[in-house]
Amino acid sequence: MSYTSDEMMAVAAARALSGRQRVFVGIGLPSTAANLARRTHAPDLVLVYESGTLGSKPDRLPASIGDGILAETADAVISVPEVFNYWLQPGRIDIGFLGAAQLDRFGNINTTVVGDYTAPKVRLPGAGGAPEIAASCREVYVVVRQSRRSFVERVDFVTSFGHGTGRGDRERLGLRGAGPTLVITDLGVFRPDAGTAELVLTDLHEGVSLDDVRAATGWDLKVAPDLGRTRPPTADELAALRALKEASK
Amino acid sequence: MAEIATLADAVGELVGDGDVVALEGFTHLIPTAAGHEIIRQGRRDLTLVRMTPDIVYDQLIGAGCARKLVFSWGGNPGVGSLHRFRDAVENGWPRALEIEEHSHAGMANRYVAGASGLPFAVLRGYVGTDLASVTESIKPITCPFTGEVLTAVPALNPDVTVVHAQRADRRGNVQLWGLLGVQKEAVLAARRSLVTVEEIVDELTPVPGAVVLPSWAVTVVAEVPGGAHPSYAQGYSERDNAYYAAWDAISRDRDEFGAWVGRLTREGSARVTGKGGER
Repeated sequence: MSYTSDEMMAVAAARALSGRQRVFVGIGLPSTAANLARRTHAPDLVLVYESGTLGSKPDRLPASIGDGILAETADAVISVPEVFNYWLQPGRIDIGFLGAAQLDRFGNINTTVVGDYTAPKVRLPGAGGAPEIAASCREVYVVVRQSRRSFVERVDFVTSFGHGTGRGDRERLGLRGAGPTLVITDLGVFRPDAGTAELVLTDLHEGVSLDDVRAATGWDLKVAPDLGRTRPPTADELAALRALKEASK
Repeated sequence: MAEIATLADAVGELVGDGDVVALEGFTHLIPTAAGHEIIRQGRRDLTLVRMTPDIVYDQLIGAGCARKLVFSWGGNPGVGSLHRFRDAVENGWPRALEIEEHSHAGMANRYVAGASGLPFAVLRGYVGTDLASVTESIKPITCPFTGEVLTAVPALNPDVTVVHAQRADRRGNVQLWGLLGVQKEAVLAARRSLVTVEEIVDELTPVPGAVVLPSWAVTVVAEVPGGAHPSYAQGYSERDNAYYAAWDAISRDRDEFGAWVGRLTREGSARVTGKGGER
């Protein structure tokens, strides 16, 4: 069964979620992956959206963070201050699932500007909930389409803190969560090095070469010695993903 | 007691040039019709406050109503950029736009402090980010009990907050439900408030999870059915996703946008034409 690189990315990201994990879900790719996981191998995932829904169980992909289906299918609907103060800040969420416009070699995220802040080349939407999601969730997973524009040596602006300039920065700043522990792109999977926290390629998606990944990485990429291969999407995973997308039209 | 008025009278009475104005509604119950009335009445030099500036703020900014924007996420949800917002920030068109940029957690807490009558709020936020270096209203604060360094953000107290709700009774008590966003806090933080509602009813019957803003906490209520379009009002309308998509093309082009503003101010029409036909 043929599939696109975006489908591979969504499936790989969905597989990273399991059990009853409580997942703070951003809209877009993270939401697609989290809902796919809930519809396939992880039906008990707890999806939390920043619009104020705990335990949303949508049967299609929400069109926006405020899609009514998120509220209608939730265990509880709460205000936005409550989401951040009572549920995120004290560390009740396992996984923060984020996207990025730029991601750098230490997992720092930029969704604010390309270029200089005061005279930006491109003004991006901004922070939203991400800075505190990146700070307070036990772990952060990032899903991003990979290119030299998105995978950069150093982000133009740190909207959400990853590992700063290397291992130990989070501890020094008193951040409680572990930060980005997993990055999934349309080409492969990356994890921070145990020593330096630099993102290292640990898995290649099927049909992708190491050269493809290097060509889409804006730094001198390190590769894990036991580089793995992502299993291609199964027929069931693809069917579930396509059904979700179809239901969302 | 809240006064019940028409939208035009309410905006005329409550929103003045140079005011700090917050339109809230977290992708649900966005008070778009009130925003359009602010454009029609030609307000200028506003400091616009909103966690999630989306289409209605793109329209207000493009129409030249705003001097400054206080926000945490500015985009066309599910579609992409706000091109009028970007044009203002990147090119100063139609005028330069000062920005004061926060995270959602920071903005939400600023409203909470404002609603609580406190000068600032404390949170674990912004640590390690560049936001603290570009936004002056983000400062470190040391806990007097534990010595932990946390982040302080100042209260938001808009001159006027505008929200949309499902309904009000004839005395002006307001009831809203579904995604509640930060509307209650934003109304209570403001000096004056305007609530547009889908309908005014004789009696507010209980709805699960609903919030009631008592009449004496609201300045003016205006009945504006469909006033949240193209966002939605749970129980009354669905989100008009095609409008959001169609807005992208209008927003990209200064002339297209100018024509839209012209239709809005001359004919009162906020409609757009896109792939889904006229919306």
